Amino acid sequence: MNLLFQLIAVVVALGLTTVVLIISRAPPLRAYANIVLGAVGTWDEFSNVLVSWVPLLLVTAGLILTFTVGLWNIGIEGQIILGAIFTTWALRLLQSSGMHPALILTASILAGMVGGALWAMLAGALKAFGGVNEIFGGLGLNFVATALNLWLIFGPWKRPGVASMSGTVPFPHELWLPTLTAQSRLSPSALIIAIVAIVVVYFLIRGTYFGLRLKAVGRNASAAYLLGVPTWQYMMVAFALCGVFAGLAGAIQVTSVYNRLIPAISSGYGYMGLMVAMLVNYQAALAAPVALFFAALNVGSIQLPIVLKLDSSLAGVLQGSLVLLVLLGQGVRQRLFAKGKSA
Amino acid sequence: MSGELILVGLAGVLTAAAPVLFGVLGETISERAGVINLSMNGTILLTAMGGFAIALASRSVVLGFIGGMVIGGLVALVVAFASITLHQSQVAVGFVLALLCRDLSYFLGSPIMGSTGPRLSILPIPFLRDIPVLGLLLFRQDVMTYLSFLLIAAAWLFIFRTRPGPMLRGIGERPAAAYVRGANVNRLRYFYTVTGGLIAGLAGPIYSLSVKAGWKGTISGLDGIGWIVLAITIFGGWNPFRAAFGAYLFSLLQWLGLVLQPALPGVPSQVLQVAPFPLMILTLLLVNIGNAEWVERTLARLPAPARRAIARILRAMNATPPSAMGTPFEKE
Amino acid sequence: MHVELRNISKNFGAVHANAEITLTIPSSTIQGILGENGAGKSTLMKILSGFILPDSGDIVLDGKSTVIHSPADAIRHGIGMLHQDPLDFPPMKLVDNFILGREGSLFPDRRGAAGEFRELASQFDFGLDPDAYVDTLTVGERQQLEILRLLWLGARVLILDEPTTGISRPQKEKLFSTLKTLASRGVTIIFVSHKLEDVEYLCSQVAVLRQGLLVGNASPPYQTSSFVQMMFGREVSFGGRTTGTPGLPVLSLERVCLEGVRLQIQDVTLEARAGEVIGLAGMEGSGQAIFLSACAGLTRPVAGKIGLGSRNVTGQSHHSFKKQGVVYLPAARLERGLVPGLTLTEHFVLSEGARGFFIDRHAAAGLAEQRISTFNIKGTPTSTVESLSGGNQQRMLLALLRTPLSLILLEHPTRGLDIESTMYVWAKLKERCAQGTAIVFISSDLDEILAYSDRVLVFFAGRVSPPLPAESLSVAELGELIGGKGWGRFEREEASV
Repeated sequence: MNLLFQLIAVVVALGLTTVVLIISRAPPLRAYANIVLGAVGTWDEFSNVLVSWVPLLLVTAGLILTFTVGLWNIGIEGQIILGAIFTTWALRLLQSSGMHPALILTASILAGMVGGALWAMLAGALKAFGGVNEIFGGLGLNFVATALNLWLIFGPWKRPGVASMSGTVPFPHELWLPTLTAQSRLSPSALIIAIVAIVVVYFLIRGTYFGLRLKAVGRNASAAYLLGVPTWQYMMVAFALCGVFAGLAGAIQVTSVYNRLIPAISSGYGYMGLMVAMLVNYQAALAAPVALFFAALNVGSIQLPIVLKLDSSLAGVLQGSLVLLVLLGQGVRQRLFAKGKSA
Repeated sequence: MSGELILVGLAGVLTAAAPVLFGVLGETISERAGVINLSMNGTILLTAMGGFAIALASRSVVLGFIGGMVIGGLVALVVAFASITLHQSQVAVGFVLALLCRDLSYFLGSPIMGSTGPRLSILPIPFLRDIPVLGLLLFRQDVMTYLSFLLIAAAWLFIFRTRPGPMLRGIGERPAAAYVRGANVNRLRYFYTVTGGLIAGLAGPIYSLSVKAGWKGTISGLDGIGWIVLAITIFGGWNPFRAAFGAYLFSLLQWLGLVLQPALPGVPSQVLQVAPFPLMILTLLLVNIGNAEWVERTLARLPAPARRAIARILRAMNATPPSAMGTPFEKE
Repeated sequence: MHVELRNISKNFGAVHANAEITLTIPSSTIQGILGENGAGKSTLMKILSGFILPDSGDIVLDGKSTVIHSPADAIRHGIGMLHQDPLDFPPMKLVDNFILGREGSLFPDRRGAAGEFRELASQFDFGLDPDAYVDTLTVGERQQLEILRLLWLGARVLILDEPTTGISRPQKEKLFSTLKTLASRGVTIIFVSHKLEDVEYLCSQVAVLRQGLLVGNASPPYQTSSFVQMMFGREVSFGGRTTGTPGLPVLSLERVCLEGVRLQIQDVTLEARAGEVIGLAGMEGSGQAIFLSACAGLTRPVAGKIGLGSRNVTGQSHHSFKKQGVVYLPAARLERGLVPGLTLTEHFVLSEGARGFFIDRHAAAGLAEQRISTFNIKGTPTSTVESLSGGNQQRMLLALLRTPLSLILLEHPTRGLDIESTMYVWAKLKERCAQGTAIVFISSDLDEILAYSDRVLVFFAGRVSPPLPAESLSVAELGELIGGKGWGRFEREEASV
């Protein structure tokens, strides 16, 4: 029954997106074909999908933890940015230190994880001590992170000469996370890290005391408290862990995808991760394939402006419609079956 | 900087605040009824694009604004339906709509990017325009800015002085008490959520037909304003006058950012542009701080005069949301 | 207005909340409605005031048979209800609360309404300022506001639900004189209360409900003992009381003062010893809940000391109480005691505490099966808690208890349970007593209190009786104390000491 409703949601979402395409006087089938080709047409393109998949999967893994404990961690974008900033800072600090490049990279990525965690815990502290709802605290910190990022790129870390929207000075090749081929930006280590992350989250929630306590707090914090779970502490740990994953995503963006810090370093992965998490109903099991699907849509639609003169935000339209319809479908299903029960 | 230039700048602040005001006042009405419409960021973008598109096609600014209103109302209707009838989380639905409407606006708007469309013209009011200082500031604006002034007063009057106004407060505060007094709580919630959406739907078109005329897609600078509107709604304590203060404060900060640019060469322009955003949201810390338990405990340890003074300040700043906001209402 | 209820019945599933209730209330009467918790008083009043529709039966107002669809409909017919927690809007002004809900023009004449308000208020000697905010008022004043509002809207029947809970003595006296004045003007008053003294003083006729039935009517002069008998039924002995000698003190309260939203508890001193059962009796809202919560460390006392064993734990968190072997089982099983969505096995895992990092599923399933069979829970290790019936949820809560425990605090342990589950629960609790655990429990069932407690504390409007040995207490005495009568002897005893 559940499956039926989800299938209906997918069909209606496709339908809505097709309507949108028709309104734009664009050929729907060609548009979809283009997206598909753009994602899996060539090996290069598919590797780009994987490049996009990595940060998305990492972020989704972290968000599943915060959702499990009952939090709306909208500040995830800022956590990615802070991870990227800390990584860049560490790289800049260590690049002329003479240490082995692999060591520098590892230290910088760790720094990124710390940065993301700190920023996430800041949102948690605002909630715990300031009474600021984590939605608005997170939003505010997102803006602060963006401002900080811009200030660094155009200020202390700017390129010699003219500051540029293309970011900081690119790092030397030794400090690039090794990629599959010279042209692709896909780093095998990053791919492995992302997959490990989601597997870790899956087993954490399913098979550990920690995960079970997170679930308890998320579903009924007061009962969990009476059963002995220190609720606030668990919330903070969830924030911190999610921040670690977000920081990791930011670190990978800096060390393998862009090899420098750019203004749009988080690329909207945070908000996208929130949507993937909502779509998989906050369960880790399907996070990887759904994230892959979203990544494919994103990369596939890059072609659209060139080939069909359509804006690439069509991917976002399809993604948003899917999540919205699944939410609505859930509501309809609950109403239909609740009515049956109470009568 | 000469006095005249400052006045012109300040008049510009009032103009720039008008769309924010429409958004904030619309959202205030919706939240007063107990429904939070988190889609604001997407709604502003979608109505800006939609309003512009309709104005472009019909060559009528009026139709553009009406179009924006309708779009805003429709989005709010989805939020209302999902939360009031389907009992889904208002936050979840609002958030998804924020992203969906944003992407819709970019996608559907790409053909008209950069086109020149009809613009709202300035409408100086005869006689009043010539008053020194005030004339320059208040009476040489466009019609939507005048409307924004009126809207503040009208919203305040409605909420606090008419008969249905307190009922609006009632359904958001304590739906059970409103029900006992004859209110059909859910129907009223639908009504006010959609009304809030209609009003907020005018914000976007003001940008694309006046303040930042035209539709420029991702570089329109409109992405993010919707989140600020939500923050100002909270900062405003769900009171139209205080909300107006917040809106004007925000616009003032934005203007200051531009003005102070040459005086602060070390700070990149982008930072000054973005700075008002986090500042406004962090003010949420101030309005909520009085509620924190540790603050109450610390306050209890202070000597009486200091404690009373601080308590008074905290109470003045405090913004407690309508108690029933976000919770569905079931008769029994 | 002349009110007649004819054969009113209302069922909620298998529960007969109201069964064929027939009652005639003439104009100018102050009708008292007595009954313990769950007797059906609030259901009946909800029907009369329009909140719910009866399954069968008629309401006849001034000779006309009427159907009341909603509370707004009720006030149109002239029936107004004053709720125990008045349904007003705290952040708004009195005058706005007053006007709200009355039909009229777009711009209400607030000044005119304020004037009418002041006039009405002065008629009853209420000192209310229309421009004040409702959240600055006391409960008594909020009641006054609501009474004025209902009268202004033309109420000729006024239903008051437990109105004297949480108001001061002078306010109560003013309320009573107001009610008498109103009755003399033709308004019919329905006074629902558990406070015998108030009902006996005020009402011109009294109806007693028990378990959904109207078991008796009375007119003055009233006899308290017959009320108590009608309300609580005959004395029944369950024979479950253990007569072992209690051990060392497990919980000690020394001059503890608690402040709740509507009441204050002053200076309670109590020592609960190992193996002892202490029952907290009283109508809901009399202070037992906050008292129990303080014993659990969930509520901080504003004064006094709380000790567990030999440790002073005043002001510490509930978790530190838990470390000393205290456990708290709330009445709202699914809302506060169990986690919906988690299975029985998962609950056991949670309560057992961490053994390593990974959950041993096999061991957990084994533990769950064992507990399920020991406690006879009708459920499987993989069923979710919300699928269990009330009785099984209570068994689940018991099954989650660890061993050993020093103190078990239970809020209404057998509420909503059938006889079999009730006896099972107590059998298990008695096992714990034999092991040295002290038990403190709240119950609205007098028989349960008397059958299982060693000592009883009675609560009435925030006042707490000294611990009374249960064997020397009869149902009648207990009923009286719960209704607020007979407290004088404690003061006399204190004075004489």
